Amino acid sequence: MDLILDGIKKAFWLLITFDPDVMGITLLSLQISGTATLVSLLIGISTGTAIALSQFPGKRFIVSLVNTGMGLPPVVVGLFVTIFLWRSGPLGFLGILYTPTAMILAQTVIATPIVMGISLAAIQHLPPKLKLQILALGATRLQMVWILIKEAKLPLLAGVMAGFGGVISEVGASIMVGGNIKGYSRVLTTATVMETSRGNFDIAIALGIILLLLAYFINLILTQIQQRERSR
Amino acid sequence: MKKYSFIWLICLPFIIPFLLIPAGAQQKNIILATTTSTQDSGLLDVLIPIFEKKTGYFVKTIAVGSGQAMAMGQKGEADVLLVHSPDAEKKFIAEGHGINRRLIMHNDYIIVGPSNDPSKIKGLKSSSEAFKKISSEKTLFMSRGDNSGTNSKEKAIWKIAGINPEGEKWYQQTGLGMGQTLNVAAEKKGYTLTDRGTYLALKKNLGLDILVAGDAILLNIYHVIEVNPNKWPKVNAAGAKAFADFMVSREAQEVIKTFGVDKFGSPLFFPDAGKKEEELGK
Repeated sequence: MDLILDGIKKAFWLLITFDPDVMGITLLSLQISGTATLVSLLIGISTGTAIALSQFPGKRFIVSLVNTGMGLPPVVVGLFVTIFLWRSGPLGFLGILYTPTAMILAQTVIATPIVMGISLAAIQHLPPKLKLQILALGATRLQMVWILIKEAKLPLLAGVMAGFGGVISEVGASIMVGGNIKGYSRVLTTATVMETSRGNFDIAIALGIILLLLAYFINLILTQIQQRERSR
Repeated sequence: MKKYSFIWLICLPFIIPFLLIPAGAQQKNIILATTTSTQDSGLLDVLIPIFEKKTGYFVKTIAVGSGQAMAMGQKGEADVLLVHSPDAEKKFIAEGHGINRRLIMHNDYIIVGPSNDPSKIKGLKSSSEAFKKISSEKTLFMSRGDNSGTNSKEKAIWKIAGINPEGEKWYQQTGLGMGQTLNVAAEKKGYTLTDRGTYLALKKNLGLDILVAGDAILLNIYHVIEVNPNKWPKVNAAGAKAFADFMVSREAQEVIKTFGVDKFGSPLFFPDAGKKEEELGK
């Protein structure tokens, strides 16, 4: 019990003193997971909407693949991204293994199916006649898609939160492709693992608390947007 | 504009951090694959900034077991190794994967366990005798089980003791680094083999005692090895050499000599640059 109290005290101390190491780690976590979420939104929402709106043979199979991808284990993603990015690997010429860029890549692979799956469900859930109605009113195809996406923004925002939550809390892939390098690719989750193995449980707890606070504030902002749109 | 305000609002929390930190300039990178003990003890946190400041290189430390570090070297995925698994290292050099293997420092392995010492191994001179007693009493032993330097040493001792613990109920493999394995051993009140550096660094939370130490086989020797650039042209050979040269330099050796004294009352490592492996422990 003392340990947890020590950890909470330590967390507040690190926060109010603006400890430069911890601030750097926190900002980097936000930067990496934020970028990964953004990229996954672009790919996930567009592809998810496209799949939802089109009819083609094997659609159910594709949808089942996307849904499986929502549960993609981060360590497996980490392993494959590592192998691809090795100097001897197919993408080795990029030379980005053990960089924040590699972490963004891995986290994007993790978040994209989550966003895609939720977008797919969100668009499919709209009344089927809505599409015809919009087209009948003289909208172009592009305008129609845009209106549908706006119509589904409530569940789509839930998709954003799920995607971001998935990657900010993820440790397996980050430690494998990022290497947990001090001041460079060390993020909140990988730092927590390292401090635990160093026996610095108070710092580990403090980092955990900061991670929770960060996730909370991001979700608070997103929820504000989501619910404000709803009340209008 | 109104139409897009919704998208901008979503993007905002993700864009702000970018404005706050400029992207790190790409520097001359060195990938250092090393054992967990050098990172978990905090030694590299002291040494690497000195090296980076002096040379302008940027060191990417990947802390894994010695086995995995050498596997990375074997594929040319690392530039320089800091490892402690002498037999495997000699094989690594003989097979032409690495060059310029140089002695850096040593400390020793110790057998630690709960203070009530259920197998009564405390004070034994021979580590293999201690292992024999642990196996005959069937008391819990936590192994790293990860082909690290420590794990190789442990297997060598089991071999001398003439016991194959693999698959025994009292013999458990964590598959984790040294720090975490010590935590598991402390929690389950088991015995384990550890390097002294990691043990001292974690001692305050463990409640495990040093039971056997000082056996000649328990010597723990660290070498630096440059990955062979003739085999892997992508390796940063100049950076690897600079780092290896730094590790044997007077400056680094002085840091190693005093590291940990202020915190733990005794040094965690003993600098050995320029000595011969055979001279150690005498």
